[in-house]
Amino acid sequence: MVNNISDTDSLSHKDHHTEASFWSKYIFSTDHKIIGMQYIITGIVMAVIGGYMAYVFRMQLAFPGKAVPGYGLVSPLDYNMLITNHGTIMIFWVAMPILIAGLGNYLIPLMIGCDDMVFPRINRLSYQIFFISTLVILISFFVPGGGFGGAWTAYPPLSSEAIYNHTPWGAPLWVIAVALEFVAFLMGGINFITTTMNARCKGMKMYDIPIVVWMIVIASIIFMASVGPLIAGAVMLLFDQTLGTSFYNPMNGGDPVLWQHLFWFFGHPEVYVVLLPAMGIVAEVITVFSRKKLFGYKTILYTTFATGILSFFVWAHHQFIAGIDPRMANIFTITTVMISIPVGEMLFCYIATLYGGSIEFKTAMLFAIAFLAEFLIGGVTGIYLGASGTDIYFHDTYFVLAHFHYTFFPIAVIGFFTAIYYWFPKMFGRKLNETLGKIHFWGTIIPFNGIFIPLFILGMGGQHRRIYNYNHFPDLSTPSQQDLRVFATTSMVIMLVFQIPFFINFISSLFKGEKAGNNPWKANTLEWTVPSPPPHGNFAEMPEVYRPPYEYSVPDMDNDYCPQNCSGKKI
Amino acid sequence: MSFHPPLATSRSMTGIPTGRLAVWWIIASEIVIFGGLIASYLLFRLHYSEWAEYASHTNTVAGAVNTFVLLTSSLFIVLAHQAAIEKNKEKAFRFIWFTIGGGGVFLLVKAYEYTTEIAHGYTLFANNFWGFYYLATGLHGLHVIAGMIIMGIISFDVKKGVKLERVEYIGVYWHFVDIVWLFLFPLFYIAK
Repeated sequence: MVNNISDTDSLSHKDHHTEASFWSKYIFSTDHKIIGMQYIITGIVMAVIGGYMAYVFRMQLAFPGKAVPGYGLVSPLDYNMLITNHGTIMIFWVAMPILIAGLGNYLIPLMIGCDDMVFPRINRLSYQIFFISTLVILISFFVPGGGFGGAWTAYPPLSSEAIYNHTPWGAPLWVIAVALEFVAFLMGGINFITTTMNARCKGMKMYDIPIVVWMIVIASIIFMASVGPLIAGAVMLLFDQTLGTSFYNPMNGGDPVLWQHLFWFFGHPEVYVVLLPAMGIVAEVITVFSRKKLFGYKTILYTTFATGILSFFVWAHHQFIAGIDPRMANIFTITTVMISIPVGEMLFCYIATLYGGSIEFKTAMLFAIAFLAEFLIGGVTGIYLGASGTDIYFHDTYFVLAHFHYTFFPIAVIGFFTAIYYWFPKMFGRKLNETLGKIHFWGTIIPFNGIFIPLFILGMGGQHRRIYNYNHFPDLSTPSQQDLRVFATTSMVIMLVFQIPFFINFISSLFKGEKAGNNPWKANTLEWTVPSPPPHGNFAEMPEVYRPPYEYSVPDMDNDYCPQNCSGKKI
Repeated sequence: MSFHPPLATSRSMTGIPTGRLAVWWIIASEIVIFGGLIASYLLFRLHYSEWAEYASHTNTVAGAVNTFVLLTSSLFIVLAHQAAIEKNKEKAFRFIWFTIGGGGVFLLVKAYEYTTEIAHGYTLFANNFWGFYYLATGLHGLHVIAGMIIMGIISFDVKKGVKLERVEYIGVYWHFVDIVWLFLFPLFYIAK
């Protein structure tokens, strides 16, 4: 049953698809590029919603009790709903669909030299389930009681008892939405893993696979191996919320800390699930714009494996003050500090790639370098939180929040912009405008630091998270603290305003951008050997790979690059 | 629009058919679902000695019968697989339906157990032991039902002699469902 269709056989099917209607071509397509695009566009729409939520609650924190332009007065319940769903949306409906599902779908078949995923219809089903989950989370904002307000970590009893969270409908809908989303990504993940294992083009050995594909696949494996207990836990939470069981209710013999274990056993690997694809994107971009071979391909790969394995043994560092055994806290401190070794090594490899390269500061490259710098701040502040001694003081303060955003903002936002500035020419056949891109870059990076550096300071000053109005706490509402809050909010509004050039750039470049051609960045990986945008079926003739993906500026060659499928002298 | 399988479906870089690979990855993701549930149950069980008393009310005989039924149905799916290898379509079809029958008997026994237990007041809400009992056996039961539905669908393709390799894939899945039961049976029925 294997290889019963020859390469030429299936290529003759191509004509059938060109006459397809709008619906079958763009909405119910099984083409991996369309599905990837659907994920990315849904992710962008959700990012706008999540960003709007952040705007509303930041305004409330800076100017408590005043009507927010574009929203109105924020009640405490509104505030809870906004912070909860901001977190949930940004992680599960922005970072995951864009970085893994969207880019994974778009890039994997192109980069491994194949025409589609191995299960195209499961791929389409995966997006459809994801789309339903998106509708469920959006509907949950408009049910009686409003959207779920028990924080994105959903700790019981706050999340399980409607008398505490005041969202009898929002809470179960939130759990259902998240569970559906997991199902969608499990299907997508199985597709990514099996496609990369089985559908690589002729000649592509393990070490010829581009790093970003490796990282998306490893991220899918981590996701698959960590999400199971949370699925079981989510069913228990749903039963507690709707049927009245007491899995997490200590009054009837349940245990709320069980949820924390199940949640963080998934939640911490999840950080690496979204980090790895972003790291992969940055690896591609840095190598191409340094015109240099990627430093330590295998080292990066091994450190990725190490990160993946270690990420399963760090989860309880979120629970140092949840009453866990101090001896256990010691163990988790050690594993948490250990995981910074492989991630640090990866960053060193990237910096070593930059060293001595002929660096071109295209917008994508600027974002990639900013990723390294900003993520480093996130990583280093994580050590304070991973060590149980200091975490006891920092726990649940804005220090945690700022640390978290210094890791996730580079991953989800900077990582996404790196990818979009780099692959936009491939996706749409035209380049994005560099000038607007650079305005967007500086207008994003500088205000980003303006938001979260003050929050580090506030957190060290003891400002607790998830509080609606600090004026109720005299020692947290001194004028200097309030000034920092206003500064952070102002920075945030500036950052949001500077996203307008991006959207203008995106839409105008779709129609009027400079034509990109097949390979505008002179890159080696296989997606650049096909027309932009790639036709249905991707490759007119299935490629054969002769060399590793990062052979730049090799001596004795005509060009400083050599695509993976160019035969000729082996290096 | 009719669906044309892309070239990707016909490739096999690892030498393992993609379908088999996918089934094993699905099972890997299922293992952690049941693993998380069973680990949670075990932690509670070790913590509360009175759970042993609650466990004494489960019907060990019915559980043992079900173990026997499920293992026998696994034998049938192996025989169906063997028949599929021999390209004996009729025999494979017959054994697939024997397997589905095994799943049906399993569900009947399970339904009998549930009704007697609920009649004695051991409902989902009685305490957390029964919560875990219904959650774990219910989730397992859903897997049994899913397996039966999938087998029913593929059996007619098998009868026509197309996609015979699917018998192997559903067989792997069915063994997994079987093995999950081999964990649930001692944990909920024997340990008292």
